[in-house]
Amino acid sequence: MDREKRPGSIARFLKDLGGNLPLLLLTLPMAAYVFIFNYLPMGGIIIAFKNYRYDEGILGSKWIGLENFKFFFTSPDMWRITRNTLGYNALFIVLGLVIPVAFALLFFGIRSKTALKIHQTTMFFPHFLSWVVVAYMAYSFLNPQSGLLNVMLEKLGLVPVDWYIKAAPWAAIIPIAYVWKTVGMSTLMYYAALMGVDHEYFEAASLEGANKWQMTTKITLPFLYPLMIILTVLAIGHIFYADFGLFYQLPMNSSMLYATTDVIDTYVIRALRENGNIAMASAADFYKGIVGFALVLLTNAIVRKRSAENALF
Amino acid sequence: MAVRSKRKIAVGEWVVHAYLAVVSLLFILPLWAVISISISDEVDITKYGFSLIPRNLDFTSYRYIFESPATILNAYKVTIIVSGAALVLYLLVSSMAAYALSRSNFKYGKAISFYLFFTMLFNGGLVPYYILMNQYLHLRNSYLALILPLIGNVWYIFIMRTNFRQIPDAIVESAKIDGAGELQIYYKIILPLSKPVLATVGLLQLLANWNAWFQAMLFIDKSELYPLQYLLQTILRNAQELSRGFENSMVSFTASQPLPTESMRMAMAVIATGPMLLIFPFFQKYFVKGLTVGSVKG
Repeated sequence: MDREKRPGSIARFLKDLGGNLPLLLLTLPMAAYVFIFNYLPMGGIIIAFKNYRYDEGILGSKWIGLENFKFFFTSPDMWRITRNTLGYNALFIVLGLVIPVAFALLFFGIRSKTALKIHQTTMFFPHFLSWVVVAYMAYSFLNPQSGLLNVMLEKLGLVPVDWYIKAAPWAAIIPIAYVWKTVGMSTLMYYAALMGVDHEYFEAASLEGANKWQMTTKITLPFLYPLMIILTVLAIGHIFYADFGLFYQLPMNSSMLYATTDVIDTYVIRALRENGNIAMASAADFYKGIVGFALVLLTNAIVRKRSAENALF
Repeated sequence: MAVRSKRKIAVGEWVVHAYLAVVSLLFILPLWAVISISISDEVDITKYGFSLIPRNLDFTSYRYIFESPATILNAYKVTIIVSGAALVLYLLVSSMAAYALSRSNFKYGKAISFYLFFTMLFNGGLVPYYILMNQYLHLRNSYLALILPLIGNVWYIFIMRTNFRQIPDAIVESAKIDGAGELQIYYKIILPLSKPVLATVGLLQLLANWNAWFQAMLFIDKSELYPLQYLLQTILRNAQELSRGFENSMVSFTASQPLPTESMRMAMAVIATGPMLLIFPFFQKYFVKGLTVGSVKG
């Protein structure tokens, strides 16, 4: 091949193309799909700077500069959805780290295979459910007339709560649902990482007189550090992206709960589908896309500096 | 370990077991609640509220649903068609791309990898996507609107690429000497050798497809195109949806004998989720593997 480097650059390009054509064709369907469904919408973010009208289309609608953003950034919604998105995600990062690691360490100490399997499976099954089905489960507890929680409150002589109207309790309900649905999967990942631990470490440590707690914190836990770091960094990079199903399905779009359940994603959907407010929806959408992108790049850059092998790209 | 400490450790382990047993019970509780309500008598529900142990076992809800099963059967049909089609399309398109990207002699591999990977970092957001699907591609209320959004997962392409790279180059090279083209190598050598990773990715995708409701919410208004999850969503939000499909049924609902709304809702959820919940736990290990194999770098 080296012999033929001589011809002009166009000819060389054509020759390269010819040689790579079969492989190029294999990537073509995916490349075309991504072009239509990912890259075209990327160009569509200009909607945020336009007064979008259905009859004029994306390119035909008039430019209005930052008008949409002026509305969005001066509305109280902007502060609320930013606070909720960041607040819940920050909490989820902590809960999603501490609880699964603790369970993985507990599981590691169990010697009965059957018991282990039972615990793992019961904690894992919520992973198979959609948030829609989880919303049914939440409803069975929270239904104001007949829900299990209110039945219990009444039995205890307490005042029942109208759960789908009162916003404050959702600050706890949302994290509980999140932990319930995700902890089994994360625990299993951490537990899988522990399979590589060599038992000779423990034998040596117990000869030295180390107790169980010391062995767990000094030997087992450090094995999890790399995975803990990767997963946490990934989560921090995505702190601007909410788990849409959780926030959309569980509160059943009750407007009384927005104070504690409305996140950027639910806000965009509502503006788009229910209010037909393309201006607000596109401004919030743009805001999320740009800040989210910046955060992903930033966290990756930091990780790359500290330990290159853990960087995502 | 010394004999002396054996009893102490055993006690410690029992404490752990007891604790985990309580946790496990708490985890099961929501599922238990839904099932229990679905087999509760509606009169009891109105009188006493939901209960974890039904006062009177009552299967009326299931009887009603199975007597006029058109709605749920149709949703099952839509879900099966959509999940299946999206799965086959996705595995085909993504493994083809992954194979090309795994070849070290592919000159444009790096550029295309980046082109695909970039979509995981940045996207245009929901509004342009929504307008594209509705106004420009006119996919509203079509099977394509349900299927196409499910085949865009780029992440697994990189996982497959890493796996394909572990297949020794010598195998590919010797096939080439025998005169096999890239398509033949992909189809006759790479795919059969990669069954484990294809199974893992396929299973993960299948679960995601089965549980999908978002695209239906965005692009479907016609009830005959509702997939299971979206049907469930509409029923939970609006009890009126339940009576749809019962207009022509043999059972008639009167003021004295109304539709058992609450237990029927829960019964719908059980019927829609049950089969999957029984099947998927057997494949638990694949789900862990899917998240831990391979890296996207390179």
